[in-house]
Amino acid sequence: MRKISMRQAVNEALHIAFNSDDRIFTMGEDIAVYGGQLRCSYDLVENFGEERVMDTPISETVIVGAGIGAAIMGLRPIVELSYIDFIGVCFDQILNQMAKLRYMYGGNISIPMVVRTQCGAGLGNGAQHSQSLEGILANVPGIRIVIPSNAYDAKGLLLHAIRDNNPVIFIEHKALYKRKCEVPDEIFECDYTCDIKREGKDLTIVTYSAMVDQSLQAAEDLQAEGIDVEVVDIRSIEPLDTETIIRSVRKTGHAVVVHEACKKAGFGAELAAQIQEFAFSELKKPVLRVGAPNIPVPFAPNLEKAFVPDKENIKAAVYDCLK
Amino acid sequence: METGSLTKEQLLDMYSKMVKIREFENQAIELAKMNLTRAAVHTYNGEEAIAVGVYASLTEKDCISSTHRGHGHCIAKGADPVRMFAELMARENGYCKGKGGSMHIADQKIGILGANGIVGGGIPIATGAALAMRLQKEEGIVVCFFGDGASNEGSFHESLNFASIFKLPIVFVCENNQYGISTHVSKSTSAEHISDRAIGYHMPGRTVDGNDIKAVYKEFAEAAEYARAGKGPVLLEMETYRLSGHYYGDNENYRTREEVTSWRLKDPIKRCREYLSEEGVDQEQMDAMSRKIKEEILAASAEAERGPIPDPANLEDDLYDDSFAEIKWKPWIKQ
Repeated sequence: MRKISMRQAVNEALHIAFNSDDRIFTMGEDIAVYGGQLRCSYDLVENFGEERVMDTPISETVIVGAGIGAAIMGLRPIVELSYIDFIGVCFDQILNQMAKLRYMYGGNISIPMVVRTQCGAGLGNGAQHSQSLEGILANVPGIRIVIPSNAYDAKGLLLHAIRDNNPVIFIEHKALYKRKCEVPDEIFECDYTCDIKREGKDLTIVTYSAMVDQSLQAAEDLQAEGIDVEVVDIRSIEPLDTETIIRSVRKTGHAVVVHEACKKAGFGAELAAQIQEFAFSELKKPVLRVGAPNIPVPFAPNLEKAFVPDKENIKAAVYDCLK
Repeated sequence: METGSLTKEQLLDMYSKMVKIREFENQAIELAKMNLTRAAVHTYNGEEAIAVGVYASLTEKDCISSTHRGHGHCIAKGADPVRMFAELMARENGYCKGKGGSMHIADQKIGILGANGIVGGGIPIATGAALAMRLQKEEGIVVCFFGDGASNEGSFHESLNFASIFKLPIVFVCENNQYGISTHVSKSTSAEHISDRAIGYHMPGRTVDGNDIKAVYKEFAEAAEYARAGKGPVLLEMETYRLSGHYYGDNENYRTREEVTSWRLKDPIKRCREYLSEEGVDQEQMDAMSRKIKEEILAASAEAERGPIPDPANLEDDLYDDSFAEIKWKPWIKQ
């Protein structure tokens, strides 16, 4: 099968979506002529025109807000925030508007929109362009949060998110854009369930986004030492497929939760809490967490490398958990 | 006929709508006194000519976005007072099933996009609704209501710029009632007139006597025509005054009795009655209309109060829409 990058997969999903339904349009900073700061929307404006592929001013509040208004009116906007860090600029529209309007209006309206954005460290973008902020969003009821770990899932999850009649924040890790994997030409969707990326019987790693790859590498190394690790990629933070996670932990009796975001109060804390809540009697050891230290993302390459969790940190946690 | 483009019948209709809003708000205050509304009720008293003067130029295809002080906008656009009172009193038969409250009334079916409790929060959303109308080649326009306070929020500036760039069919209606809670507009706003801010966004801007129903009607009709013609957005600043406090229970220590009295003389309903007198409508006829409206409002309030309280079993409903759009994906073949 052909191998394509996550960037190509996202671009392909966007082209399929635009070709399928006229209600779908996209707007954001530098997404048309330039092809996006994320470089995912290339060729879209050439193929579907300026009305449906709109370059906007650098005004994140109105980018998200106008998406909400257009969605309420029956369109299906895909808005792009160049970096997830910029939610700081438009957080009222996310926190108080996009997430709350439907409930607040007693279910009178639906907001079928996707906010595509990129997260993550590792490429030297510094403290304001490298964060993993999904945990902040996870504490806000009313929004879907979807976070793919490879090109295959990105294509399938994005198409699923575009059909969703709820607001979805779709988080693409910048270090994954160039990574390739097998992706069928055919159209398919991935639902919001966990995907078991590797089966194992000794310990469950629960993870997502760029840490899936690190976890798989760690599992590979550990296999050589006779430790059989299962890697569960949650793919969606809201809704969360707790059932698959719990089933896996009940089987292995050990759990390590891994993400790139700061460990303190990160989404891993919620995952660990749910595991002990629902699988306490099967747990042989306490759940351990791997995450970044509680500091902003540093710039210097060696400091940034020390900040981002890697397979060695994950292996260390696995040894600790099995000790 | 000295009524500009307004007939006597139109003026009478506007008068009755203004009275309806006033009576609704007076009753809302009574409900607040009895602690039936739970939280703050922000009344529209003194600002009625704006909502009513605007609606006279709207069609069914047009939409509005509203604010925390939004009861008047909703009534003028045709919202049902029973469901509004029910929402204020947290009843299941309220517009939002008791989940929203006074500040969050919405009814898509009659073009009320929704009222918003965050100052300036609805402006980008209204802008997006106008964008949708343009993309769908619809004839409607959007009216975005907000206050003087919101004109100092970033969302206002981003939205005006955005609307102007894309020439969106939207009229931004700033209700300058002189105060953001307690802070006078002269202390909060650098521009002499809020409408002056339009020039920075390359759109027409006008300051209008918002207590004069004829002036509101005329200026808004022109603005709506401009937006409808695809020429882009307009900013109208309606100068007005809220005769009540920021909410029922406000100590109002930031303004003098004399100031309030001076604006009572400019009460838009009083002004409208003067216009009607000039048209030969006698006081008794107007009083009879007012009495009838008051009775209807009191009946609506009583009916709303009899509604059921929300069932806690439905606490978690309405957060997510469980459905997915039926889109048949078509392959994209690279050209």
